[in-house]
Amino acid sequence: MHPYLPHTKQDVKDMLKVIGVNSIEQLFDDIPESIRFQGELSLQDSLSELEVSAAISSLAAQNRGTDQLACFLGAGAYDHYIPSIVRHIAGRSEFYTAYTPYQPEVSQGSLQVIFEYQTMISELTGLPVANASHYDGATACAEAAFMAQSSTRRKNIIVSQTVNPQTRKVLKTYLKFKGLNLIEVAENNGSTDVEQMKAAIDRDTAAVIMQSPNFLGIIEDIAEIEQAVHAEKGLLILSVDPISLAILKSPGELGADIAVGEGQSLGNTLSFGGPYLGFIATTKKLMRKLPGRIAGQTVDANDKRGFVLTMQAREQHIRRARATSNITSNQALNALMAAAYLVTMGKQGLVEVASLCVKKAHYTARQIARLPGYSLLFDKPFFKEFAVQGKVEIPELNDKLLQADILGGYDLSQEYPQYPNSMLLCVTEKRTKAEIDKLVSEMEGAL
Amino acid sequence: MIEYNKLIFELSQPTRQAYMLPPCDVQMEEAAELLPEKFLRQQAPALPEVSELDAVRHFTLLSNKNYGIDTGFYPLGSCTMKYNPKINENLASMPGFTSLHPLQPEETVQGALKIMYELQNILAEISGMARVSLQPAAGSQGELTGLMIIKAYHQQCGQGHRSKIIIPDSAHGTNPASVSMTGYQAVEIKSNAQGTVDLAELKAVLDSDTAGLMLTNPNTLGLFEQDIVEIARLVHECGGLLYYDGANMNANLGITRPGDMGFDIVHYNLHKTFSTPHGGGGPGSGPVGVVDKLVEFLPMPWVVIKDGKYVLDSSAAQSIGSVKSFYGNFGILVRAYVYLLTMGGNGLKRVSELAVLNSNYMKERLKKHYRLPFDHVCKHEFVLAGIGPNEHDITTLDIAKRLIDYGYHPPTIYFPLIVDSALMIEPTETENKETLDGFIDALIAIAHEAIEDPEKLKTAPHCTPVSRLDEVKAARDLVLKYTNS
Repeated sequence: MHPYLPHTKQDVKDMLKVIGVNSIEQLFDDIPESIRFQGELSLQDSLSELEVSAAISSLAAQNRGTDQLACFLGAGAYDHYIPSIVRHIAGRSEFYTAYTPYQPEVSQGSLQVIFEYQTMISELTGLPVANASHYDGATACAEAAFMAQSSTRRKNIIVSQTVNPQTRKVLKTYLKFKGLNLIEVAENNGSTDVEQMKAAIDRDTAAVIMQSPNFLGIIEDIAEIEQAVHAEKGLLILSVDPISLAILKSPGELGADIAVGEGQSLGNTLSFGGPYLGFIATTKKLMRKLPGRIAGQTVDANDKRGFVLTMQAREQHIRRARATSNITSNQALNALMAAAYLVTMGKQGLVEVASLCVKKAHYTARQIARLPGYSLLFDKPFFKEFAVQGKVEIPELNDKLLQADILGGYDLSQEYPQYPNSMLLCVTEKRTKAEIDKLVSEMEGAL
Repeated sequence: MIEYNKLIFELSQPTRQAYMLPPCDVQMEEAAELLPEKFLRQQAPALPEVSELDAVRHFTLLSNKNYGIDTGFYPLGSCTMKYNPKINENLASMPGFTSLHPLQPEETVQGALKIMYELQNILAEISGMARVSLQPAAGSQGELTGLMIIKAYHQQCGQGHRSKIIIPDSAHGTNPASVSMTGYQAVEIKSNAQGTVDLAELKAVLDSDTAGLMLTNPNTLGLFEQDIVEIARLVHECGGLLYYDGANMNANLGITRPGDMGFDIVHYNLHKTFSTPHGGGGPGSGPVGVVDKLVEFLPMPWVVIKDGKYVLDSSAAQSIGSVKSFYGNFGILVRAYVYLLTMGGNGLKRVSELAVLNSNYMKERLKKHYRLPFDHVCKHEFVLAGIGPNEHDITTLDIAKRLIDYGYHPPTIYFPLIVDSALMIEPTETENKETLDGFIDALIAIAHEAIEDPEKLKTAPHCTPVSRLDEVKAARDLVLKYTNS
């Protein structure tokens, strides 16, 4: 017998008798013969736990990840410290084997976690209402664009080229099929070309999408763009790095109507690109346009505090074709990890992480800038990522770094051909001085 | 056990901390000096300040207020709450997977790419599709992706005017919502007296504006759409495509394949059929498979073999583009792959056989006590229509809440919409006969209680951390975050 299949021969016999048929095959008599699958699936037969473990372990061993390499690669996915307790809490099967909390009396754990997560996302972003999470930062941004379209009844979304290219690709896909226009505004020397952006904004602009720190690492000066888009009654969507919000002005303070971002940095492993979580926060005015689940506080029959999913009139299972979004599953377990991370790091810890990122990134940048043959590509304020240009081919440089157990930077020429021989380096709180100095000396050696 | 009713914010005490970081080992000015003041936040976000034990205990006590598959039977219709094997979690948590950056050089992630490659092929084999993209993050995003492919295909064929997607009235709410998100118009058709697609209704709406039909088979009533071959012929004849909502694939493994039924596009719910956990509402994973003529439209990238190496290929010119960052919910893909190895081809067929056996057994035993609107052989799930009009106005909601007192998670209720007072029950194959009998006996007992002791149902549940919650108040006096008052 298979360990996941509990039926004894006697069970099957007894159950068939109750049903009133002679064989399990008879239960499939309603499937027309012509579409019955003939033969067997070309998969191997079932394997034991020992065999599967051996096979998968050997595949895992063929990978070399950030557990073995000093990671200076960011570009949208980040190697931050994850406290031990995060994995233990997310490993509670009462959390991970539950479904969406449709029956609140037996789901108070999940619901309260969502409520606490929403509270902390609201606190970070400086906006009053957050949803329970989205698939990832890129899809959260696309849904924010839909919110803007629905709220302004306009069809043009303007996005800066300093927004993560992955996010722009997803935006392009989502908007194209919905029949919205995506207008890209060029970057200029590492940040958004403000004049071009202002010129692009008009009364057909549903929203401007900015990212800060932007994909190139630079902290954008949002003020003029915020004024320009609001003057035309469009919305400002700001994509942010949640770690940076410990020390950088919040989207709320900057006048954003919707804040979105990739939440992976908050206690989620890199996991080759997923599962991550996207966060969305907005103003009270726009909250009914939010996609996805939202938890709210209420009381039970005995006036005791409890939590439920609320504002469900927005959602697909109620409103069907007129829902704000089709999303059902969010990334609840990833949001739990983010919540556990934020609780563990707490008020001081997140500031400490953000400050360490700034200091170590700036230290690294200075050391590299001193090397003959390399220079910083931009002379603008940055958070934990910065771009360097060198008299080297980036793929070759990265090959050499890899031989020295270093995961090098992101080759910018892939998405920004105007910047050849340039790479984006990321330095988180995890990188030690020894690792940084080694990176610098290997880069010097590669010249 | 103590009763716990604290928010983490209520435990917070200034200067307490649950973390310790190494001292800064580089000589550098403070962040506030390195960055222009105008960018800096004046007040740090008011996150909680607790000790490490406070944090652990808080979340552990919260987990105790949750019901999961590991806690007990969870027969939520259309959600396939089967056992989530522990080996899946162990292997997917290996640092060789969790520590991989998505933009690493391909030569450093060959093991990961191999899993994706193999999984693409296995999923294609299971559904009879030509190729699979692993990128969509959930079933609903799989639907969205499928509809985008339909649109891209028609546009390429010079049929961009096609604007209608046909959906049966028994469909999941996500179907019409996904249709709207792709700029299509949803056209709903009524089911026939047998609970399946009404061919006359279908014929009446099919025309040269039809872009496609979305269908799940077996449908949400747990009934196999026996006319599927004719349905496929009709839709294809008028130039439309057929989309298969994979929510109910647990009934079909190794028995019948959407590709052989005539479907052109399929989405899979790895978190249903292939045992990856639901996570309390995600992360899921919703790969999409297509027939030959649609391969070039799939979202990119996918994994191919080139010169004996696994590589990510983004070269399809007609691709709809990316629907998500990177390559899909990789951690979930690993879990599904582990499950597929554990079950094997032979095991998968047995999965569907036993899921259907369990479902029919429950249906037979319960139909004498609850209304059964469609009394045919069912597949992996079935739908009861409550106990009907009764003296004490006991509703399906009351029955569901009372089930909690008996130690069970209630079934899906009030869905599908075409059944009055619906109780949608999906036992899955991983539950044994004793569990099913216990649940059936509880439902029968509740049906008696509805007559003899109705108050017990109306005030249920009685043994949960909270009693019935005021959802109207929650929606009226919106409290969506904690505020220190």
